[in-house]
Amino acid sequence: MATTIADTTTAGRAPAQGAGFLFRAAAPEEVFTPEDLSEEQRAIAKTADEFWQSEVAPKLEAIQHQAPGVATALLRRAAELGLTSVVIPEEYGGMGLDFTSAAVVTEALGRDGSFAAWLGAHSGIGTLPLLFFGTEDQKQRYLPKLASGEMIAAYCLSEAHAGSDALAARTTAVLTEDGRHYRLNGQKMWITNGGAADLYTVFAKVNEKLTAFLVERRFPGVKQGAEEKKMGIKGSSTCAIYLDNVLVPVENRLGEPGRGHVIAFNILNLGRLTLGPGTVGSAKAVLAASLGYAKERVAFGKPIAGFGLIQHKLAEMAARTFASESVSYRVEGMVTKAAGELDWRDPAAGSRVLKAAEEFAIECSFVKVFASEVLDYVVDEGVQIHGGYGYHQDYLVERAYRDSRINRIFEGTNEINRLLATGMLLKRAQKNQIPLLEAVKKLQAQLLDPLSTAGGGKPAEGALAEQAKKVALFLLGISYMQFGPAIEQQQEVLAAISDVMMYAFVLESCVARTAKLGVRGRNAAAYTTLFAHQAMNEVERVAAEAVAVCSEGDTRRTNLAVLRKLTRREVADVVTLRREAAKRLVEHGKYLV
Amino acid sequence: MKIIVSVKQVPARDSNLRVASGGKWLDDSDLSYEINEPDAFALEEALQLKDAQGGEVVVVCAGPERAGSTIREALAKGADRGIHLVLPEDAVLDALSTARLLRHAVKNEAPDLILTGLQSDDLGYGQTGVVLAELLGYAHATIIMQVEVLDGALRVKRELEDGWFQYVTLPMPAVLAIQSGIKKLRYATLMGIKRAKMKPVETILAASLGLELGRAAIERVYLPARSKQSQILTGAPEQVAAQLVEKLKFEARVL
Ligand SMILES: Cc1cc2nc3c(=O)[nH]c(=O)nc-3n(C[C@H](O)[C@H](O)[C@H](O)COP(=O)(O)OP(=O)(O)OC[C@H]3O[C@@H](n4cnc5c(N)ncnc54)[C@H](O)[C@@H]3O)c2cc1C
Repeated sequence: MATTIADTTTAGRAPAQGAGFLFRAAAPEEVFTPEDLSEEQRAIAKTADEFWQSEVAPKLEAIQHQAPGVATALLRRAAELGLTSVVIPEEYGGMGLDFTSAAVVTEALGRDGSFAAWLGAHSGIGTLPLLFFGTEDQKQRYLPKLASGEMIAAYCLSEAHAGSDALAARTTAVLTEDGRHYRLNGQKMWITNGGAADLYTVFAKVNEKLTAFLVERRFPGVKQGAEEKKMGIKGSSTCAIYLDNVLVPVENRLGEPGRGHVIAFNILNLGRLTLGPGTVGSAKAVLAASLGYAKERVAFGKPIAGFGLIQHKLAEMAARTFASESVSYRVEGMVTKAAGELDWRDPAAGSRVLKAAEEFAIECSFVKVFASEVLDYVVDEGVQIHGGYGYHQDYLVERAYRDSRINRIFEGTNEINRLLATGMLLKRAQKNQIPLLEAVKKLQAQLLDPLSTAGGGKPAEGALAEQAKKVALFLLGISYMQFGPAIEQQQEVLAAISDVMMYAFVLESCVARTAKLGVRGRNAAAYTTLFAHQAMNEVERVAAEAVAVCSEGDTRRTNLAVLRKLTRREVADVVTLRREAAKRLVEHGKYLV
Repeated sequence: MKIIVSVKQVPARDSNLRVASGGKWLDDSDLSYEINEPDAFALEEALQLKDAQGGEVVVVCAGPERAGSTIREALAKGADRGIHLVLPEDAVLDALSTARLLRHAVKNEAPDLILTGLQSDDLGYGQTGVVLAELLGYAHATIIMQVEVLDGALRVKRELEDGWFQYVTLPMPAVLAIQSGIKKLRYATLMGIKRAKMKPVETILAASLGLELGRAAIERVYLPARSKQSQILTGAPEQVAAQLVEKLKFEARVL
């Protein structure tokens, strides 16, 4: 079956394009993997790891209880090593390195949700708006201080009544009569680093249009609310920021008036991408703790790591972490490559990065959704492996379980990201930027061809990824036929299409990485088979629901038959694969590729 | 002051160590590598001496291609340049061979001081530095905890057993074998890592030197066999002590 309807997706070799994966199978060598990190990037990861082990890890309890000054002192210490200013150009006191180098730092320091939030809000969403959209004067005034940690940064977009719907913000900015200041009024909500930040990027409306401002904590009228009592990442600072007639000099307006949404959405894109390696860092830490526990804990006379049901969890945790890691670094590589050599002396360097991230915005959303859900799975099973002890605060997994949950909420909720992914795809198709219509038509023609009904064979994982792509095209076709442009109202269908595309894309990333690893991979092939199994089950489940709502009667039956054909597969012996993968993991004591 | 530090790349301590199928060395499919721990302290000592006295730190490494990353790590931490004696991937040299290679690399450098780690984490000979000193005709001392530079001479603190220390003064040039754990190791900062790419590393193919290498070879590598033979002696302390001496003399034959 794999070969009979395979050629929709193996057209010529066009340059990588956003959503391009849907129309063309990726050759392994095109796919960036963690194994492709340069020696320099590995050295950076090592420094970050040593810093974590010797300075952050011993302070986790203090951070967790918000001991005054501990987290900010660590941020400054990290800054001394260059860990907070990886992508800031050297002329502003940064390291002038690329975004992939920043990703490895994020992974190494992402192991604790609270510290990751401090770091991410400061050097990610806190610093990047200025780096990308600041004037020369603004960059000179603030970037060196952010690079050195002398100033801590925060990003203020959300409000009590405007979260997902950020454009509904009510904070206003009015130019003063002398034209020298903007007067800001409003309340920002949920601001990470809010309690300690010195520089806030605040979004406020100028004549009803979102505009960004650089607001210093010391400006009169800026006030912080009390620390919010959160479910997790309790060691991070989150509070409301009140702006009461704050006079912000016009020189501190970031970007053009009314262009704040461009800044906000671009920064969110990069944030979604960064969430990948960060959650991978956490997942690996939880897996290592769970492996250690499973090896030591004895029940019924033997270590629980010897029980099949525990091996199942360990192997699945590792397999999904592998999938999350593979897709995160793949998209990291796509964006880095599209952005080209990052030479900040070129004034267009920043806009090239943003354009690259925007080009792959769909893929960035997949990373965000997938990586956050994998971490939730990993922490959940991590707690389960620990039994009652997993429910106790003395164990890392208890905290990780609570800390993980926020990842599905911020940087755009997973619902919003699912809707965005399909929404962007449809928009690009409308603008003829991607050959969606042709691909759908071609698939439909193939499905009508009686010869293509021949099934059988044993599709390998790579072929399954291609089949999943066809399921996505198939759903796009029948749902558009049924609803036309009103498809936008069918959120469940849009999300189902998004999920099918996401699983196809992630599976393809695993397949490519496993091929590149070759004999160096000890568990990679098993992970890929395990993930293919899970992915295709999910694809079939969500697609069936979408088919059912898009058609009725005989058409529904025919469509479901097509779906069954497209998802036909032979079930591998996943039980044995998990047992064997788990044994190698237990022996190794930590995540293993 | 010109200081040479010899560093070795060894299997990382948290690697999953397995004996290779031939039984002569480790299975490298699952190994990652890192700087030999005592060498990291030798490097730290060298960098601190340079910070205090000025001068140059040159790292020398005999090892396969991949060991280049360990040289660059040393450069990232602050060494000024590197010399890489490139060996085949599977070479495992005895101490004399390594010392001969190192001597070749340093003989034209005329250093004031050569620092090595006390021993390597993989082979653990603990001889390379001393043999090198002999080949060069330099003074040497081992298990060094502290180095003090006097006028043209060195005063060093050596660790003996049982909490005893020895202070020795020796002339320069000298070779010192440094003990682990004597200082806090510095990080390679990101800027250091970036700059390291620009620092010079001279590579010399070991095979091109015409030196006689590898006279001693490893016959067999194996995991120590576990044998449960513990005995618990009971009785009054004097009797137990007497029994113990008896057993050590006649059963274990170690006294
Ligand atoms: C710990 C923490 C730290 C944060 N840090 C920051 C920060 O530093 N800076 C900042 O600006 N913000 C920050 N946020 C805010 C965060 O980005 C928002 O909470 C998030 O965007 C969701 O907005 P909301 O809470 O208003 O939920 P809502 O937007 O009200 O959403 C509620 C639910 O409705 C769903 N929903 C909303 N719209 C739609 C739709 N159109 N279709 C279908 N479903 C929909 C959502 O997915 C969600 O499930 C932080 C939040 C937390 C909890």
